[in-house]
Amino acid sequence: MTTILVFEQLLNGVQLGVMLFLMAAGLTLVLGIMNLVNLAHGALYMVGAYLATAAMQWTGSYPLGVALGLAGALVVGMAVEVTTIRPLYSRDHLDQVLATFGLILFFNELVAIVWGRASLYTSLPGWLQGHVKLLPGSSYPVYRLAIIAVGLAVAATLWYVVARTRLGMLIRAGASNRTMVAALGVNIRLLYTVVFGFGAALAGLAGLMAGPIYSVQPGMGELILIQVFVVIVIGGIGSIRGALVGALIVGIVDTMGRAFLKPVLGTLISPTAAEAAGPALASMLIYLLMAVVLAVKPAGLFSNR
Amino acid sequence: MKLPWHAVSAALIGALLAASPAVAQQQKLKIGFITTMSGPQGVIGKHMKDSVELALDQLGHKVGGLPTEVIYGDDQTKPDVGVQLANEMLQKDHVDIMAGVIWSNVMMAVAPVVNGAGKIMVGANAGASPLAGAQCNRLYFSTSWNNDESPEAMGKYLQDKGVQDLYVMARNYQAGKDMVAGLKRYYKGRIVDEVYTKLGQQDYQAEITQLRAKNPKAVFVFYPGGMGIQFVRQYVQAGLRDQIPLYSVFTVDETTLPALKETAVGQYEARFWSPDLKIPASEKYVAAFRKKYGYTPSNYGAQSYDAILLIDSAVRAVKGNVKNTDGMVAAMEKADYPSIRGPFKFNVNHHPIQDFYLLKAVKGGPDGVEMQIQQKAFAQHKDAYYQDCKMK
Repeated sequence: MTTILVFEQLLNGVQLGVMLFLMAAGLTLVLGIMNLVNLAHGALYMVGAYLATAAMQWTGSYPLGVALGLAGALVVGMAVEVTTIRPLYSRDHLDQVLATFGLILFFNELVAIVWGRASLYTSLPGWLQGHVKLLPGSSYPVYRLAIIAVGLAVAATLWYVVARTRLGMLIRAGASNRTMVAALGVNIRLLYTVVFGFGAALAGLAGLMAGPIYSVQPGMGELILIQVFVVIVIGGIGSIRGALVGALIVGIVDTMGRAFLKPVLGTLISPTAAEAAGPALASMLIYLLMAVVLAVKPAGLFSNR
Repeated sequence: MKLPWHAVSAALIGALLAASPAVAQQQKLKIGFITTMSGPQGVIGKHMKDSVELALDQLGHKVGGLPTEVIYGDDQTKPDVGVQLANEMLQKDHVDIMAGVIWSNVMMAVAPVVNGAGKIMVGANAGASPLAGAQCNRLYFSTSWNNDESPEAMGKYLQDKGVQDLYVMARNYQAGKDMVAGLKRYYKGRIVDEVYTKLGQQDYQAEITQLRAKNPKAVFVFYPGGMGIQFVRQYVQAGLRDQIPLYSVFTVDETTLPALKETAVGQYEARFWSPDLKIPASEKYVAAFRKKYGYTPSNYGAQSYDAILLIDSAVRAVKGNVKNTDGMVAAMEKADYPSIRGPFKFNVNHHPIQDFYLLKAVKGGPDGVEMQIQQKAFAQHKDAYYQDCKMK
């Protein structure tokens, strides 16, 4: 019984982790390569969720909705880069924070104007709704398994692109030394737009996968963004590998803390004290972890710098 | 062409002088209405504002017979913004009376400011216990309830039904603990576990896995707004809807049903009002609301509509002399108006003594899924704090 429980919670942790990874991958590239603090990454996650939901209702088809949502997030991301982000590269981080915070407000109000403030209805096709028996006595939602599969597939693809292709080489070079890459005649402007757009598409993918389990509403992106920044700090800025490992660590630690901290504490201290301390400690566990990582390896676990 | 400016201004001044006595005679009523219009919770504010506008329409934009202007304020769910709005409405707009407010913490900050200025505050949602108890005020009325009355009603129902092995979940903050305290005031059966989840949590899969492992007979949750949508969706996706009945308060209502639809079917809620309540005043409100706005009203809207009707009855009673605060308070205490909850009496703490119902989300109605009253959980229920109120 307990082994099954731990296994299921581990799976839950991995599932939360891959969601965080999809967000963190784009954000860490933007932060690492462009040296840009992009608070609006959560807004792109929201845009992906809204566009996919709207496209699904419009076309009545789930795969088509997903495709349009992804394409939409990519286009919106590139448009944001060209119109708003470009002038910010030479500015300092405070200006970037202010401008991208402005983007958050802009997108939140925009979706509220277009779709209203109420949360949107989202549904899943029948083949994603069921459960599978993984171990005897344990059933797991198919959709959650699908999220894990998609997340790991994206991670593998990203690894291939970054480690084995010319684009990936440019991205890695850009993360290490931007000036040198530009000096060698690479169109760094285009590279930036492409990277930002793909980061946005990944955020959009996370958003549209989150739609049917979370709530599609204005401001949904900010709820996940803080955890994503924790992932990046732990993993190391600019590192895809760091983002993956950091996301899995954060996902598993957070899930395990929420599930088992209270019962474990209950065996050590009095149950009433555990009742109060358990949830409080569980909710700050990932921040404690981040503090420890910062103290031991200030640049993160897999930093490029 | 050169205008004869002196002549024009003289004519204008003359016209103004002629008009002013009429203005003094035909007094205008100004109501300040604070709610939340921005952010994720703005949907509640929309329900409330739409209901106030509907009440104004039905009264011919004359509350208590006086031409009425309602000044809306958006508190952004922040107490300090609420106080700022209240001060502005009282000092700059010179409102005669204030109403609205969704959040208890905003109300705790706003009510003393309004009452301190000698004006009446009609709460249209917030149900902070201190305002029903030790900090009650003769100038403070509520057309809603005290926070823990709905969980009390749910506790009473579960107790009467003899449910054992209840699993309790709520958001980890004061209101969450208050809700569970209210539940436990009437539910005396065995509680398997109490779980408090962190603020802003989106994913409940870990908690749901723990819940299933404990195999309870019933689950009680308090997850307002978007959290409720997330929790209910994930509960259903985990396949638990048909296995363990889910009871809740402030989790599934007409603000979240459009997002949940068939996922909500089978959900139990406890509330003082539902759109299907068979009371003429309520049926009139629901029908007119659906006709005007094309969506189904929630209790948040009903309470706001009620607040305007209560003010209307008081202004009528003092014959438009809204400066007669004592007369207004005396009139309001009678609750002599067609309330959406049916005829009722105010308790000594100016909170309604009212019925509470057990609701269930079922298929049907104009939206596909609707809340349906199953039975009365409480008749003529009083909140737990009125004895601490030393108003009388």
